[in-house]
Amino acid sequence: MSTNLTPEPMMAADGLAPMVPRLHTVQRVRQETYDTFTLELAPAEGGGDSAFPFAPGQFNMLYVFGVGEVAISISGDPAQPEKLVHTVRAVGATTKVLGRLRRGDTVGVRGPFGSEWPVSEAVGRDVVVIAGGIGLAPLRPVVYHILRNRQKYGNVVLLYGARTPSDLLYTKEVEQWRGRFDLDVQVTVDRASASWRGTVGVVTNFIPRARFDPSEAVAMICGPEIMMRFAIQEIEERDMKTESIYVSMERNMKCAVGFCGHCQFGPTFICKDGPVFSYESIKALLNIRGI
Amino acid sequence: METLEHILAEHPFFKGMDQRYLELLTGCASNVRFEAGQYIFRAEEEANQFYLIRQGKVALEAFAPERGAIVILTLAEGEVLGWSWLFPPHRWKFDARVVEFTRAIALDGACLRKKSEENHDLGYEFMKRFSQLMARALLATRLQLLNVYELNP
Repeated sequence: MSTNLTPEPMMAADGLAPMVPRLHTVQRVRQETYDTFTLELAPAEGGGDSAFPFAPGQFNMLYVFGVGEVAISISGDPAQPEKLVHTVRAVGATTKVLGRLRRGDTVGVRGPFGSEWPVSEAVGRDVVVIAGGIGLAPLRPVVYHILRNRQKYGNVVLLYGARTPSDLLYTKEVEQWRGRFDLDVQVTVDRASASWRGTVGVVTNFIPRARFDPSEAVAMICGPEIMMRFAIQEIEERDMKTESIYVSMERNMKCAVGFCGHCQFGPTFICKDGPVFSYESIKALLNIRGI
Repeated sequence: METLEHILAEHPFFKGMDQRYLELLTGCASNVRFEAGQYIFRAEEEANQFYLIRQGKVALEAFAPERGAIVILTLAEGEVLGWSWLFPPHRWKFDARVVEFTRAIALDGACLRKKSEENHDLGYEFMKRFSQLMARALLATRLQLLNVYELNP
C-alpha cells in the first residue's frame, strides 16, 4: 500500500499559491521610534487585487528580494484592506533593509497567514487588550475593529507598556484613543525622566484596577513572552476564566504554512496554528524550556 | 457625606478588613490634598505617614546629580504610597512628587505603630497587607530590571 506524502497545496484566499510572493510597492514609510517603522504597501502593477483582506492577528511574509523574508504582523485596519500596513522593528538583516526602503520600492508579500484574535467571540463582553512593546502592532487591528463596532462590546480597556517614552508606538493615535470616553487607555513605561508626565511601572500593574468584569471579559495579550506570563498571572488573580485569555506567540517563521518546522512549538506550529492561541490550548507548553 | 471610615473601607488596600480595626484606624486618618509639582515628602525626611491615593498621580523619584530626577514608579488611584514609616529608622528613601492634583487619605504612622503594639491582631493585619504590597512591588521591580522589551538586554 502506498501513502501519498505530498502535502495538499495550500492556497491563499485569492487562489494564489501561498509560496508565491505578490509584488507590492511601498506607499509610505513612517518612523515610529529609533528602531521601529511602519510600512504602507499597495499591490504593484500586475501584483493582484488592490484589496488585501485580513483578520486581526494575522501576519504576512515580507520578502526583500536578494536579502530574505520575514514574518510581520499586519497592523492596519481590517476595514481598509486596500492599505496593507506593517510595523517592523529593525533587528536583523532583512528588517534592517526593510527599514531602508522608500516610496516606490518593491517587496514581495505572501499571506495573510495564521489565526486571528477572537473579536467575534468577544462580542457582548468586556475586552482587555494588553500590549507590551511592539506587541501593540498585532493588536492595533483589534482596536480598529472594536472602535468600528463599538456598540457590540462592553467595557474596552487597552493597557500598553513600553521601555521608555521614546519607545512608544503610534503616539498620536494612542493619544486620540485616550481622549475617547468609550475606551479606557492606560500607558506606562518602565523608566523615565522627571519630564515624563505619564505613568511609570510595568504594564501588569494596571491589571488589578483595570475596569472590566473578569467573569465575562476576554483578554488579548501580545508582548515579550515573559511579560505575557506575568500578565496572565495577574489576570488569573482576578479570576478570569483561562479559556477567555488569548495570546500571540512568536517564533522564527520561514514557510508560514506549517511545512518547514522552524516555528514548531510543542505539537503546534506558530505559523499555521497560531500566532494567536487560546491560553488554555498552550498553557502546558509555556513553562517548558527550550521549545 | 462620605465618612473617613467609609472611604477607608472602600479603598482596595483595606478591602475586607474587620470593622473593629477600621474604627481604630479612622482615628489615625485624615483627608489630604496636594497640588501638581508639590513634594509630599523627600528622601531622608522623617517618615511618619502613609497615603491611600484616591485621585491623582504621584511619582516616586530618586535624584542623581549626573542625571537629575529619575522616576522609579508612579502611583495612582487605589494605590498606597509609603512604607518607610513601618521600619526604623523611619526615613523616606525617595522623593514623592505630585504629577497631577492628588487627593489621599493620610494615615499617621506613629499612631498606627502604637495601636499595632497594643493590638497584635491589628498589627498582623497590617503586616499581611503591607507584605503583599511589598511582594508585588518587588515582582514589578524585577520585571523592570529584566528589561523585557530589549532584545539583547
